[in-house]
Amino acid sequence: MEPLKPLEELLLEHPFFAGMEEGPRKLIAGCGRNEVFHAGDYLFREGDTADRFFLIRHGTVAVELHVPGHEPLVVDTLQSGEIAGWSWLVPPHKWANDARATTLVRAISLDAKCLRGKCDDDHSVGYEVFKRFIPVIAGRLSAVRMQLMDVYGDPGKRR
Amino acid sequence: MKLLTRDRFDEMLCLLHDDGYLTLGPTVRDGAVVPREITTTDELPIGWRDEHEPGHYRLLPSDTPDLFGCVLTAQPWKAQLFPPERTLFSVTRKNGKLAFTASPPDTTRRALVGVRPCELRAIEVQDAILRDGPYADDEYTSRRAGTFAVVVNCTRAASTCFCTSQSSGPRAKAGYDLALTELLADGPHRFTVEAGSPAGEALLERLVLGDATGADREAVETGCAHAAAQITRRLKSAGLPEALKANHEHPRWNEVAARCLNCGNCTQVCPTCFCVAVEDQPDLAGIEATRSRRWDSCFNPAHSYVAGGVIRNNTRSRYRQWLTHKLATWHDQFGHSGCVGCGRCIAWCPVGIDIIEEANAIRQKA
Amino acid sequence: MNTAATDLAPSMLPRPFRITRVRREVSDVFSWELEPADGGLPPAYVPGQFNMLYLHGVGEVPISISGDPSGETLVHTVRAVGAVTEVMRKLGKGDEIGVRGPFGVGWPVAEAEGNDLLIVAGGLGLAPLRPAIYHVLANRARYGSVAIYYGARTPADILFRKELERWRGRFDLFVEATVDAADIRWAGRVGVVPKLIDPRRHSFDPDNSVAMICGPEIMMRFTVSALQAHGVPDQRLFVSMERNMHCAIGLCGHCQLGPEFICKDGPVFSFDRIGPVFHAREL
Repeated sequence: MEPLKPLEELLLEHPFFAGMEEGPRKLIAGCGRNEVFHAGDYLFREGDTADRFFLIRHGTVAVELHVPGHEPLVVDTLQSGEIAGWSWLVPPHKWANDARATTLVRAISLDAKCLRGKCDDDHSVGYEVFKRFIPVIAGRLSAVRMQLMDVYGDPGKRR
Repeated sequence: MKLLTRDRFDEMLCLLHDDGYLTLGPTVRDGAVVPREITTTDELPIGWRDEHEPGHYRLLPSDTPDLFGCVLTAQPWKAQLFPPERTLFSVTRKNGKLAFTASPPDTTRRALVGVRPCELRAIEVQDAILRDGPYADDEYTSRRAGTFAVVVNCTRAASTCFCTSQSSGPRAKAGYDLALTELLADGPHRFTVEAGSPAGEALLERLVLGDATGADREAVETGCAHAAAQITRRLKSAGLPEALKANHEHPRWNEVAARCLNCGNCTQVCPTCFCVAVEDQPDLAGIEATRSRRWDSCFNPAHSYVAGGVIRNNTRSRYRQWLTHKLATWHDQFGHSGCVGCGRCIAWCPVGIDIIEEANAIRQKA
Repeated sequence: MNTAATDLAPSMLPRPFRITRVRREVSDVFSWELEPADGGLPPAYVPGQFNMLYLHGVGEVPISISGDPSGETLVHTVRAVGAVTEVMRKLGKGDEIGVRGPFGVGWPVAEAEGNDLLIVAGGLGLAPLRPAIYHVLANRARYGSVAIYYGARTPADILFRKELERWRGRFDLFVEATVDAADIRWAGRVGVVPKLIDPRRHSFDPDNSVAMICGPEIMMRFTVSALQAHGVPDQRLFVSMERNMHCAIGLCGHCQLGPEFICKDGPVFSFDRIGPVFHAREL
């Protein structure tokens, strides 16, 4: 088994924290812990309290919408290096989707209450966090719009 | 420079007939001067004057004896070389097998008597598209090869003319077999004649001609200068292509779109427009079919149809396409303007849209 | 290259070809294998070119060639979306159609030698790129790293899936696919194609890469933006454009996009050339 790296080092490895100074990074690491999910485990479920978010280090996470009477619809898959979960930033802090590990997933979860507190206490930490989240959310929005447009669908029937 | 007297003009027409040319000239039909087959000078629009204004064309009686007193035919001459409709091929299906038969191109030789310098320029513009590109239209190329052009220089301009802006008149510089200028003053009714090709020279040798005097030459210069001076419309060409391409979202497009009826008259009377639609005509039994092409227009709503919709699906984008192509992107495609300054689009637009006014407005900063 | 008057008619005259095989691909997509009815050879073509396919008494449509340019069989992959293609779907082995072509400027497979390749396809866009892929694989040593990125609507819509999976199995090729939406049985990626392009997963040198992109215009637009963000210069990005075509030889005027005739100046364009008109609305 590999020797456990300190959390701070793992954070450094993750692209989300690229370019963040040591000070804020140390503070944020204080809210983090290592997590492991097996294939089929849910990282979070729609409607539950969004109490943390995940930096995916290894594996794939499927973002799903559950459809009554039908199988769940997978609308996005997240790979290593990506972030799962942004609902912790937006009141009422409830997960908007299901997130299921499709493979073994190793992640670092960052506690939402802890992190929100640190952001409130030190706005420069807050700025570093939000600065990184906005592009992630913008990218998701852009992608979802393109998916919504059904570009490969029947051109005669397109919206 | 030679001289042909008016009373010998028929001799030239006769020679052309005898040489097997389908001879075409301006003639009056249904209240307009159009190019049609003629046999004698009597069929030319003698005793008529044409009036062109935005959205306005009239033929008015005149008491002058000019053979070519009418400035511009209502219809362009392009239908002679580039017919409005043409069968491409026929195909038979027997036992599932297809057999194609191409329609041979028209080999009729045509003499175009009385084309104006702007019209001649338009033929050159169409040569670049239909004959001289990587692919050629066989019908156009065939008809063009058998064409004999007798251009008549302009000594009078219509109010819609702007050949001077497009360097296409009022005097033809090249590209003709014969160039004539009609003179009535200081001497008998006569035409100065210049040959512009070996075929032109060969024809002149068989005509009874005088020699043009110094005064005649001067009269030609004066006459053409007079026509040029009558032209009031000016299209500012310098920087126009770049300006039109840069002002894709100029508010003026909305304004002109509010007036444009999308009728496509401009494309029908324009001597350089060349869009065609290809169509199929099957028989009821599913055995014989033909494929033909006919003139089309970028104002046709289906012109830019792709699976699922039409890209230019409103008048604004279609008008913009026509104007930008004619005055801007034509330069990128062929190295010159697509407009020869004949002004027919201005006269024949039912609401009198003036492309010069539009172009001048759109090139201004929004 | 201008030809004599007697040779001119053939540029609008189709040549009879016989369907030798019909293959159902995905949903409303099918492929034809064709051979000349007169027993001769089909004309040579380069990847990215298209033919005009004529249906007796119905009409003619431009369809990219989707087969192996070094082979002797002409292959076209067609989606039944309009009047002519719906009728095409009903034809079978032995039926004859007319073929004119090949036309157009193709993919820069020769100019791209010595470079890393990024081949990005969406939906039916994989069909016009397949001849380029065949060419590259047949001349693999002439290229740097080669990646194929593919996006489809759902897993059931993945075109040429068996071939994609075979290509993915090669050691000298990076292949990644994604779908817009899937059920939980799909273990692959879900999301848009541009997201697949990730230098951390497959590295490429942006200054020495050539990207060939084909798919719906919206997909090409987003892919171009993503590649530009990764630093690939515009003159190294190539897209394949589509417009209404009647003649395919630059004479009917329909396929114009700004100054470009898609049929003879394209359909493949480098982005530094097509960029200004690519984004213009209603052009």
